Amino acid sequence: MHTMIDAERGIISREIFVSPHCYREELEKLFTRAWLFIGHESQIPDPGDFFVSRMGEESVILCRDAQGAVHVFLNSCRHRGMKVCRYEQGNTSLFVCPYHSWSYTTDGRLQGVPLYRALYEGTLNREEWSLIEVPKLALYHGTVWASWDPQAPDFLDYMGDAREHLDHVVDCRDGRPGGAEVIGVHKWVFPSNWKFAAENFLGDTYHNPSHRSVDMIGMGPSGQRGASSRRDNEYAGGQRFWVGFPQGHGLTGALMPADTDYVSTYLHHPIVDEYFRHCFHERKRRLGEKARILPLVGTFFPNASYHGRQPRGICVWHPHGPTETEGWRFFLVDADAPAEVKDVLRRYYMRYSGPAGMTEQDDMENWLYATAASKGTIARRYPLNYQMSMGAYQTNDPIPGDVSLQITDQTPRNYYRVYRSYLESAPWDVLIGCPSMRAAAE
Amino acid sequence: MMRSLAWYQLREEIEDFLYLEADLLDQRRFKDWLDLLAEDLIYFMPMRRNVKFGQHAERENTKQGEGISWFDEDKWTLGKRVEQILTGVHYAEEPLSRVTHMVSNVRLLDVRPSVEDAQEVTAGCRFLVYQNRIEYENFTFVGRRTDELRRVGTSWQIARREIILEQNVLLAKNLSIFF
Repeated sequence: MHTMIDAERGIISREIFVSPHCYREELEKLFTRAWLFIGHESQIPDPGDFFVSRMGEESVILCRDAQGAVHVFLNSCRHRGMKVCRYEQGNTSLFVCPYHSWSYTTDGRLQGVPLYRALYEGTLNREEWSLIEVPKLALYHGTVWASWDPQAPDFLDYMGDAREHLDHVVDCRDGRPGGAEVIGVHKWVFPSNWKFAAENFLGDTYHNPSHRSVDMIGMGPSGQRGASSRRDNEYAGGQRFWVGFPQGHGLTGALMPADTDYVSTYLHHPIVDEYFRHCFHERKRRLGEKARILPLVGTFFPNASYHGRQPRGICVWHPHGPTETEGWRFFLVDADAPAEVKDVLRRYYMRYSGPAGMTEQDDMENWLYATAASKGTIARRYPLNYQMSMGAYQTNDPIPGDVSLQITDQTPRNYYRVYRSYLESAPWDVLIGCPSMRAAAE
Repeated sequence: MMRSLAWYQLREEIEDFLYLEADLLDQRRFKDWLDLLAEDLIYFMPMRRNVKFGQHAERENTKQGEGISWFDEDKWTLGKRVEQILTGVHYAEEPLSRVTHMVSNVRLLDVRPSVEDAQEVTAGCRFLVYQNRIEYENFTFVGRRTDELRRVGTSWQIARREIILEQNVLLAKNLSIFF
């Protein structure tokens, strides 16, 4: 693996984007350990509510039990393996397996076993055959995350300093913690390796020319044309930064001047503009100095990417084969935003994002043909180049993390360094940070 | 509705209109196609969910006017989509896909105010859209459409189009074509 990923020199083999062997290794060694995004509590507000999600290639059930506790279960019967839930979302008191009718309560316990007395009495201990539950689960400001590794560090240690950026995505626009709701989930498959998508969101703003067509036509919040029109130019005047974290997360955003004022947006919709103006000032009041950070995009290692503001959401790039990805995009709005605000936002989200989105269609085209053209015998002999802005970063200045003030491959170099550590089965202290740096700090 | 001669003539007129419309798209005459859309157009393609028996009417399809669907747009947005293709640098449609729209099972579901003086028609149909892209990309979209058509002079305009695609997880990388 260390010959395939030379993060120090910025050279990465194409094999990791096409090889069935690498893919198998990822499923075995990465997706069984890393914290993965599962869903949002707004999708399961009431006891008995469930939403079927995914971890790696596998189906899992996110569910709120009769007592209100949240669980994540592998969606597979303990008897013969049949999926116990083939609905996407709903409310139930039992998950009944269609095959032999073993049934499980919403807290995962095996309850019903047909003909138990006659066939299993004295042999089957129902307590031991509950649905398989994730050993590590975290609820954070409405979001739900899980890991299959009992030894995994706590979620907040796994997020490290990237946590503050997660806040900027999932908290209310006025700075109150949490308070978002999911208004829909796009699901689609496309023939690309999942890492091309995850890596794109680490802060690859170098690819902006591929979105030139949307800037030419003007389809942003206010429908204006020009290079910054996609997001109504709200980052103008700010110091753009690209930042990577020891746990592999990476993102880009802007640090706005302390005296920065609200930039009007959604100009054809005064109610929406007024809402964001109110949120801007309220957020500044609540968060103080931290309100200077405006999020743009990022990826929480390994496959949970986000758009922090416009259009706001979390997109999970599920592995679906060595050269196939299933994208799930969860769209977020403030739950208590006025109805007109929600309506204008959802319309903007749809025209921007996903397979029908005018911007992201071009991304899918890039990722597909980057994958397709890397499959060949000759292509695989030539690695990909990640040498942009080599060494041009500083640590914890002006914000925590390895910070670059110019477009950089430092975040993907860092991401693939951490990725390599997972595939080498490194211990957790290596996976979430540099042990020598930690020792020095202590 | 009584199957009068006027009814058969109207159905043929509507069929002709839908075939003409499909042909404009397949010939990539996108601007001409836009002219067939009413200014107050609603163009809607829901996402389809796997739901329990008995919940289909209420929960199977996402709803027009709420939350997220594949498309829930107006004429302005569709105009932008056309404009984007015509920039020549919208790489998801550059080079252009090859597309054929098959339209069949055309039915008159409602005619207002009367068959003899049809000003508004609700027409149902099935579609099979074949998209071939670059070299090896093939996508087949199959489903149902319900169109609200409005008479304008000697022709018709589309005032509302609901597109029911028979897929749950979208099995195409993009929806970069029109339905």
